[in-house]
This record gives sequence, structure tokens and C-alpha cells, in this order.
Amino acid sequence: MGLFDFTARGGIISKWQKISAFLAAFQDPAMQRVYLDNNATTAVAPEVFEVMKPYFLEDYGNASSIHWYGQRARAAIEASREQLARLLNARPSEIVFTSGGTESDNHSLFGIVGASKSETKHVITTTIEHSAVLHTAQELEKRGVRVTYVPVGPSGVVDPAGIEKAIAPDTVLISVMHANNELGTIQPLEEIGRIAREHDIYFHTDAVQSVGKIPVDVASLGVDLLSLSAHKLHGPKGVGALYIRRGSILRPLMYGGHHERDRRPGTENVPGIVGLGKAAELAGEHLAAEMERVGALRDRLEEGILSSVPLATVSGDKSRRLPTTSNISFDYIEGEGFVIAMDLKGVACSTGAACSSGSIEPSHVLTAIGRKYEQARSSIRFSLGHFTTPEDIDYTLEVLPSVVEQLRSLSPHYNKNAISAQPAGA
Amino acid sequence: MTIAIAMSGGVDSSVAAALLAENNPPTDSNGPPAVVGMTMQLWNQRRLPALLGAEEGSPGRASGRCCSLDDVYDARRVAGFLGLPYYVVNLEERFEQGVVRPFVESYLAGETPIPCSLCNTEIKFAEFIDTARKVGADTIATGHYARVEKDPDSGRYRLFAGRDASKDQSYFLFGLTQQQLARTMFPLGEFTKHEVRAMAHERNLPVAAKPDSQEICFVPTGNYRRFIDAYLSEQGRKIDDTAGEMVTTDGRVVGRHEGLGSYTVGQRKGLGIATGTPLYVIGLDHPHNRVVVGANEELLKRRLLVREINWVRPAQAGNSFEARVKIRNKHFPAAACVEAREGREAFVEFAKPQRAITPGQAAVFYDGDEILGGGWISSVSR
Repeated sequence: MGLFDFTARGGIISKWQKISAFLAAFQDPAMQRVYLDNNATTAVAPEVFEVMKPYFLEDYGNASSIHWYGQRARAAIEASREQLARLLNARPSEIVFTSGGTESDNHSLFGIVGASKSETKHVITTTIEHSAVLHTAQELEKRGVRVTYVPVGPSGVVDPAGIEKAIAPDTVLISVMHANNELGTIQPLEEIGRIAREHDIYFHTDAVQSVGKIPVDVASLGVDLLSLSAHKLHGPKGVGALYIRRGSILRPLMYGGHHERDRRPGTENVPGIVGLGKAAELAGEHLAAEMERVGALRDRLEEGILSSVPLATVSGDKSRRLPTTSNISFDYIEGEGFVIAMDLKGVACSTGAACSSGSIEPSHVLTAIGRKYEQARSSIRFSLGHFTTPEDIDYTLEVLPSVVEQLRSLSPHYNKNAISAQPAGA
Repeated sequence: MTIAIAMSGGVDSSVAAALLAENNPPTDSNGPPAVVGMTMQLWNQRRLPALLGAEEGSPGRASGRCCSLDDVYDARRVAGFLGLPYYVVNLEERFEQGVVRPFVESYLAGETPIPCSLCNTEIKFAEFIDTARKVGADTIATGHYARVEKDPDSGRYRLFAGRDASKDQSYFLFGLTQQQLARTMFPLGEFTKHEVRAMAHERNLPVAAKPDSQEICFVPTGNYRRFIDAYLSEQGRKIDDTAGEMVTTDGRVVGRHEGLGSYTVGQRKGLGIATGTPLYVIGLDHPHNRVVVGANEELLKRRLLVREINWVRPAQAGNSFEARVKIRNKHFPAAACVEAREGREAFVEFAKPQRAITPGQAAVFYDGDEILGGGWISSVSR
């Protein structure tokens, strides 16, 4: 006895068995695992983790304190601010650390609208924004602000003329994302920035998906406000930043102490901020090489899928995309089932924004660019990152066609013979 | 082989998942997992906000109900505790089409519908089996108290009541086809509720102390009428609340009723009639908008016609056989003669009259603890 418990009917159930099953399920020593959901979040880079550690255990001071401990924390935060400013071509004083992309977006929209003295207020954004902007804009509407959601065509790229046409005398803010999180499409911020400057309107961009993946230069983009998040560029979760061009007037989102130049109260998340700084530095160092390497892997994945699976189509303008992202619709499958089946084969991908998972509605981004309901529900986002390897792509291409076939064979609308004559990737 | 266990977040399906995980350890670590936990998202509780508020007299919001975020949270926690991969699959559209809408329409037609059987045949053992197969699981399991056995001679699958007669859920499973039974496991069939609860405690399952759910999962607080009102108002419809006469079986007008939607067969309370003998609702006369009332004895009937039968054990049309027949979830199966007819119908005659046989409910035929088949009660006579 001891190690084994005999139950009446369940057979021999031992603690050892339970423990080993538990470990096997989590460790999967031989199970190949591939992570292709880097737009949802990324692994913290080991170098990033290393520099964060001392700020938990040794240099744990409050950055606002006068003493040695406080000074160590303060110095670390300011060094991070410089690292991040360098990546964005901004001044360190223009960087405010926040809890992440959502807070930065909320702060930008509520902050500009709240500080505006205009009697009536109007905000311009697009139909393909992340929920952190879209739902904030909807809340502004409830509070009496007029919002124009500029539509976006099948390319997934907004037309700057559409933005300009939407401008009203009381427009106080234009908010257009840099790279779309589901399609990877890059928006023409330079042109929109020019338009915003000509009309003297604040210009915000949600650059959560682009920072660290493509060059982001606040000067050339012409933005006044830029949101970013550490965990999308191999930094830790729960920390981000808002770039605020010098001279911009925003109402704070929260009230408290005098942190971050009175822009954002609350004791600074020192380890997180240190991690963000390091992640920004690493991203800057490897940017050009990584764009090429990851872009080539993405293209190989995409071409491999299109040549082995019929009735698969890429969404969004392929010439204006993040090198990390591919969004593919597979006719006659439901994205949800595909993601589960792929996960059971060890490949992690997604149906769209992780923030909308579990909702039955198809992606608002895909419906916004004119994808039909069924197509939007059958689309899958593959997103690569710094740790994606050629072997990951090989394995994905090995298991994916059979998963698609398995799902399609159980779809009542799918007729294999009717479509097999069509050219692959049509 | 991969088994998908349907996890509701309750004790039963959690213990079922634990037993499966223990008896099916991963064999080939390079292959697919042996057991996968899944929760069917069937109904969005936020959809009918009128129902989210506390029922009068109840202390707080409804909990332990279908697809509440709490239940998904519990199921996810148990799966994590057992080390199972876990997914939520969204079947809301199919559930509304296949279960909720028929439930409401049946209620409006004056029946007393039980959506659980429909949910089993349309959703759990149809859509869920399909979903599981799509993701690579050929077998499903649920926490129902029932048993399946394959007959070695005929190759057919036989369906039996669970060992725990007090928790037996086979009444809701009569609609399972051979193909569905072939892909289904009921890990709790051999256990009593008491044992299941004890196994949950032994294993320290995070839901070991969670109370059992009682009512229909998507009807919070168990108030049908309130749910149907809220559901219909979403479509700009409402229950016909035209008041009318309350009559006895021999046609005497004894009072007024406030709309047929508020009455069910067998109901005694709330009729608003003071007479010497207690009166019960005997039937709802929709064409004449009348509630028919009478003495308890008048609720007793012997004959009924059952339609849309699924025969788990095949029956020859024209043949008659003795069986025990159950006409309500809480009804003790009573001896009857069943005459199988063409077109998946059967005529049933009880040896002794039964109380409140109600159209819209299921009638299920048993031989001992084996389910022979069942269908929907269509008409009743004395």
C-alpha cells in the first residue's frame, strides 16, 4: 500500500500514474511544438529576462525614493527610456511607460478628447482597429463625441483620401493603427500624418504590432501619439509605453502621484520597464536581418500552404505587410476547429485577435475588408517571431494539409471531387 | 485514439474527465493526447439581460448555470488540474436552432417541453461528436449516468440506465442512434452519485464541493415563463395572454384564467378557484382558449400515442410487447403494453392509469434497465 490506492471500480490508480500523466501532458518530451501566434504574444528573450531579474531581488527600490535603492531603480528606468526612445527616434522625455497597449490607446483617445476645449468633438478612426481603440471610440460616442470609422477595402490598407474626406471643423483626433494585428497590413501613416499636420489635428497610432518588427520612426511617420506593448517584441507582459510628442496636451487617464512627468501615476513597474528597454534595444539591433529572415520563413510557409491545399486564399495586400504575418482563409472549414486540431498536432496559431477569441462573431477586421461571413470564419492567422525556425515551418507544412482535409471531409458542403480539378491556391 | 470529454464545469463531468485521464495515460508522447477536455458554449447568458438580475426572493445572480463564465472557468480549472488540453467550442447557433427555438415553440403550442433530450440528440451527440471528429477525437465521453454495451452477437450497441437509479439520465438519451452510441463513453455509468462525489473529494478536484445543477441549463432560476417572455420580446413577440374561461371536463365554467401560457398540466396551485375538492389543470384547450380543470382522478390516463420514436433495440411494426414506460424525468417507469407501428410510432397502454401524461414530454420504453427506445408523447386518452 502507500504508493497504490485501489478503488472499487476505477482499477489501479496510483499517485505515480497521476503524476506521470500530469508531467507527460505538460512536458511532452517528444511532442513537437511550434508557436506561430507571435501576434498574440511572444516569448521573453533570455537576454531580456536576465536584465530584469536583479530588479525583483536586489534593486527592488521604488524609483521615487531618495535613497540608494530608489536611485538604482530610477537609473534603470531612465536607461530604458533612452533605449526605447532610440528605437522610435523620439526624445526620452516623450516616452511614458504604461501597463501596455490597451492603456496607451485609452490614454490617447480619452486624453486628447478630454483636454480639447472644442465645444463639439469629432474623432476619426478606421473599421480595422484593434478593440482597444474601437471600443474606446464607441465609449466616446456614448459620451457625446462624434466618431467616423473610415472603411477599409479588401487590401486591408486604409486610403488616406478617405481620412482627409472625413475631417470636420471640430475633428480633434485621428487614430489609425500602424500594422493591422490580423492581416499584418501596414497603413500609410506618413501620408495621414501629413494630412493631420496640415489640418492641425492630433494623430495617434496603435503601433503595438509594428514596433520591433519594422522600422518605426515617429518623426517620419508624423505621429503625435504612439502606443506600444513590450510583450509583442519579446519583452514581458503588463508593460508598454505611450510616445507623446513634446507639447501635446492630454488629460491624464488616472490620478495619483507625480510619476512619469505627471502623465501617468503609479509606482513604476521597474522590472517590466527594464525588460521593455532591453527588448527595444535587441529589436533595433536585429531589425534588418530579422525582417529578411522571418519574412523568408513566412513566404515559405505561405507558398507551401497555397501549393499543397486547394481553396486557400491570402487576405490583405501582400506587398504592404509585416514580414511576420500571414492570414489565410480555407474554404469549407471553421477556424475554431482548425486551431484546435492544429494544437492537438502541436502547432499554435489563431483565428484572429486573441482578445476576441471565444466570440462567435467572425473577425471584425475581415468583415470590414469585405470578406464574406463564411470566409471570415474560415480564416487563420499565422504569425512568426524571432524564435521561429525553418524546422517549425517544415513541421507545420507537414501536418497542415491533413488537418484541413480532416475538417473538410466532415463538412456537409465540401465536395472533394468537384474542387480537385481547380488549380491549387486559386 | 483520442477521447473528447464534454466538460460542463460540474462535478459529474469533472469526475468523468478524471477517470478517463487516469485510465488513458498518454502512450506515445509523440502522438496526439489520449484525452481532451471540451466545453460546449451553448448559450450566451448576456444575451437576455432581463434574466441576469436576481429573481425576486433569491439572494444574488444565477450561478452554476449553462455556459456562465463561472462554469467555463471551473471546467478549465479542472482540465488544468488533470493536465488535459482543453478547448471551448462555440455551438450557440446550433443550440438556438436545434433546442431553444423548438423549446419555445413547443411551449407556445401548449406543450410542456423538455429540452434536454433534444439537446442530447441535436447537440451533444451530434454536433459535439462532429466537432470532436473534426479535431481528431473519434470518441466522445460525457458525465451522464448511463451505460453502453456492444452486443457481441448482433454487433449492435445497447443502452442501459446508470447503476444509480436516483441519478439515472437515460430518460434523456433515448434518441441516440447506433452510430452515436458507437462513438460514446459514459465513464460514470457504473457509479452512484455518492461515489462520484467521493471520488471528486479524493482527488481534490477544484469543483468537488460544487452543488448539483437542477434546472434546465439555459433557463436561469428555472423560471420557464420568464425565459420565454425575454426570448420572445427580443423578436418583438409575446405570449398570448388573452384571458379566458376555466371549465371543468363536463363544460361547466368555474372561473377565469389569465392566458394559457401560465398553466401546465397537473398544476394545482394558483388556479384561483375555491371549491370543496382540490382542482387540477387537466388540459389546455388552445382552439377555445380554455383551461380545463378537474379532480385528481381526472388526470389519470392509460393510453397514449408516441411519435418520432428512436428504437435503440429494433422493434417490428405490428408487434406488441410488455415494457416499463417512463413518461417524465421523475416518473417511476410503469408496466405497459407497447404496440410498435409503422412510421416510428407506438401505441402505449399502461396496466394502471398514470397521472398527468403530458404531450410534448418524452415516453421512454425500458426492459429492466435497458432502454428499448423512446419518442415524444403526441396524444393521450383515458
